[in-house]
Amino acid sequence: MITASLIGLPLVFGLLLLFTRGEGVKRVALAASVITFLFALFAFWTLQQNPADPNLENDSVWIASIGVNFHVAMGGISMVLVLLTCLLTPLIILSSFRNQYENPSTFYALISFMQMALIGVFVARDGFLFYIFWELALIPIYFICLLWGGENRGAITFKFFIYTLFGSLFMLAALIMLYIHTPASDAGAHSFDLISLYSAHESMTAAQQGWVFWGLFLAFAIKMPVFPFHTWQPDTYVTAPTTGTMLLSGIMLKMGTYGLIVWLLPLVPEALETWGPLAVVLSVISVVYASAMAIVQQDFKRLIAYSSIAHVGLIAAGIMAYTPGKTGTEGIAGAVMQMFSHGINVVGLFFIAEIVLQRTGTRELGKLGGIRNVNPLFAVLFLIILLGSVALPLTNGFVGEFLLMNGIYQYSATAAVFAGLTIILGAVYMLRSYQSIMLGESNSVTANFGALSGNEKAVLLIVCAAVIVFGVYPKPLLDLIQTDLRSLTLLMAPASN
Amino acid sequence: MKPILILTGLGILTLLAELFRFRKALFPLVIIGLLGALAATISYAWYDDGAMGAFINGMLRFGSKEAVSFPMITSAIIITTALLWYLMQKDFLSDESNVTDHTALVMFMLAGAIILTCFSNLTMLFLGVEILSIPLYVMAGSRKNDLHSNESAFKYFLTGSFASGFLLFGIALIYGAVGSFDMNVIGEVMMDSAKAQPAFLYAGVVLLLVGMLFKVSAAPFHFWAPDVYQGAPTAVTALMSTVVKTAAIVAIANLFLSKVLGPLASFWAPVLAVCAALTLLIGNISAVVQTSVKRMLAFSSISHAGFLVMAVAAVGSSMAPRAIYFYTAAYSFASITAFTVLLNIIKAHRNDNVDSFNGLAKKNPLLAVTMTIGLLSLAGIPPTAGFFGKYYIFAAAFSSGYGWLAVVGILASLIGVYYYFRLIIAMYFRPADETAVTVSSTHQVLLFVTAVFTIVLGLLPDLLLNISAMADGK
Repeated sequence: MITASLIGLPLVFGLLLLFTRGEGVKRVALAASVITFLFALFAFWTLQQNPADPNLENDSVWIASIGVNFHVAMGGISMVLVLLTCLLTPLIILSSFRNQYENPSTFYALISFMQMALIGVFVARDGFLFYIFWELALIPIYFICLLWGGENRGAITFKFFIYTLFGSLFMLAALIMLYIHTPASDAGAHSFDLISLYSAHESMTAAQQGWVFWGLFLAFAIKMPVFPFHTWQPDTYVTAPTTGTMLLSGIMLKMGTYGLIVWLLPLVPEALETWGPLAVVLSVISVVYASAMAIVQQDFKRLIAYSSIAHVGLIAAGIMAYTPGKTGTEGIAGAVMQMFSHGINVVGLFFIAEIVLQRTGTRELGKLGGIRNVNPLFAVLFLIILLGSVALPLTNGFVGEFLLMNGIYQYSATAAVFAGLTIILGAVYMLRSYQSIMLGESNSVTANFGALSGNEKAVLLIVCAAVIVFGVYPKPLLDLIQTDLRSLTLLMAPASN
Repeated sequence: MKPILILTGLGILTLLAELFRFRKALFPLVIIGLLGALAATISYAWYDDGAMGAFINGMLRFGSKEAVSFPMITSAIIITTALLWYLMQKDFLSDESNVTDHTALVMFMLAGAIILTCFSNLTMLFLGVEILSIPLYVMAGSRKNDLHSNESAFKYFLTGSFASGFLLFGIALIYGAVGSFDMNVIGEVMMDSAKAQPAFLYAGVVLLLVGMLFKVSAAPFHFWAPDVYQGAPTAVTALMSTVVKTAAIVAIANLFLSKVLGPLASFWAPVLAVCAALTLLIGNISAVVQTSVKRMLAFSSISHAGFLVMAVAAVGSSMAPRAIYFYTAAYSFASITAFTVLLNIIKAHRNDNVDSFNGLAKKNPLLAVTMTIGLLSLAGIPPTAGFFGKYYIFAAAFSSGYGWLAVVGILASLIGVYYYFRLIIAMYFRPADETAVTVSSTHQVLLFVTAVFTIVLGLLPDLLLNISAMADGK
């Protein structure tokens, strides 16, 4: 019941927020999300005590006629992502305190609904349920971007919506294809249960598996996004309200990478053998291309958007490089670790961009400079997050990136060389942005930067603490991931022989 | 048989209302009558005698041992939709001078629709189609001084009678080959694979198909629909794109998914698949460029016909009948929502341009939210009923080997999202103008009910599907 309640809690809070009026709504939203976070910690504690605790799983019939169950369970990888979601949501809400939104109750309710759908995606163990949550996550963020976004938001959020829906409809087709190849029950219904879907490939031809592979990969690649399906992303990130950008980049893109691990790798082993290399190549191209694009950006928010494509490309490469019997599971472990770190770092970076914009009225790197002279604390906090983002040892980014590079190297040294460019290029664009924003002489735009407010300090300090804590002591997360990886590799092992 | 009798009786009674001046009682009378017809339909699930609901020498069968549920459920869906429609058009009929005539026409039309769900004889098919169509020709032209209404009625009448001609010719050819109108006899002959069938039987099937595709406005026989839908009074358009479409597709399913023409599936299923693909693409692509919302809904209704025809083409899947009635229910409820909102917009703005929806979310949140739910359902986004409808149809197409058709369906759905979301963007994103939009309390209740139906059927589709499982179990 714990896992099911974890989905239900934000839903109830969201409905509550919808009917809350007045100025206090943001505080109610914050309190609600903190409660959800505490509950997630309780789930984490339960999982630590006993990974097979029956309270963590819920499997009840939902639509009997087509074999769909409300099946949710909490494994190690799911736990990491649920923790990330529940940690980031209060931070994202807190970071929005400065802004005056029209209709705040709808705004915060939508965030809460989004959190519900995201947790649902990460814990669903039924293909149909997974798809429903996957789509449900799209609707709140669409309205957040449409209603509170910036210039030209109508056209841009529309492109985003159509693009991601395009991917998910192909995912639906792929899931149906798997579904009709699962063994039928006495009543004639097949099953959408993840375990049944895992065995569906046994009765499928290589060509059918190929279709399923591309249907699923398309959906995940668009969500992340991976080159060449990324064209919606920079515009959407820049146009969305910063809260929306944080939700998209911090949590939502992890739906794609999580999907790769749980909903693609073990499903179609033969197709993975045939098409996996192409997926790795696309991911590596995405790393190099996005890093190069980030270097030439002038808009800080757009620069972070491209850096996000680069990071997520590396994660995807690390996942798709996994080959049973050939490489170890370091790539996947690193990917999950990096999903967690990237989520925290990118939210920190977008918040910094937002603070800079609010104080100076611009995000143009060329117009800024010298903020360190005015506000040294802000400069230090930015530096810590930045170092986490460029994966300096002892920051959270390092652990994941090191494991990812290790995994990719085991797969192919050439791929590792190209993917490794991200370390150098990442340092180039991040340090360049730091230099142009923080260093140098302060000018008329930045001279009146002023001190940080209490809320802003709190968000940045929490992010910085996470950067350092998980950099120095990543063991709890890695242990969590390891327990799940063992069952995942067991699942894939027979197929390779 | 009881629902048909009740509806016909209701029609006659409403005609008498003019004579005996109890117009005031007309509205409750019709509501009670429709509820009675609905109850009579549903009661077939409990009454299970040996005759299995066969009437008039077996020319109408409410159930046969093979498919107890299909006529019952589809009749129930049609009557429920009609009930909702009747609540919706309250203003339309009372504006008219001849309210009783029109109400009677609707009741007779409904009787025709019910016949189409349960015919077991090809003559009954033809009678059903005609009883369904002729009142509609009149209704489409009911705005006597409106040129568009006249155009609509005339076009509908001409093309409709043309289609009836095809239908009748097809029936005649099949009769010539088999020697009987009775569908059970035809089915037995078809099953008898040892006997070679004459070529004109196939010609008959094709003509039958053409006639029915005309009625359901599937490509390439759809060209009449946009003008007719746009010209007719909005309430009549709503009726045509819900009740009539449901009845026509159910008739097609009765013919093609049953043992009557099922054995010839390898002959007609590929043809239907191509028609479905064409309908989906033409309907959706044409809808994109419309600025009149009514015309957009007309094209959207063509594209939904494409989905339904796709389900018939997926004859090899046991899911096909369920997919059809679930989809018609989802589509009808969502359409009633959309048309109700449209009626109110037209009333306030005097036009049905997309711009008339600007800022509706601020002006009237109830209209905007229910319209959003309806549009999400039409576009097939979870957790609405429309999504499950699409899911069943895709699943049926996949499991009967029409994967390419499902992919066309996916692309068509995406185009659909494009134009449905244009309305959503207009409602939430564009600034509102001065015109106030008010909604009568009947419409408020109606919108609330259809929105709740749409969501509940989306979350718990088994509520509808289990009815068939229950009936099948008997």
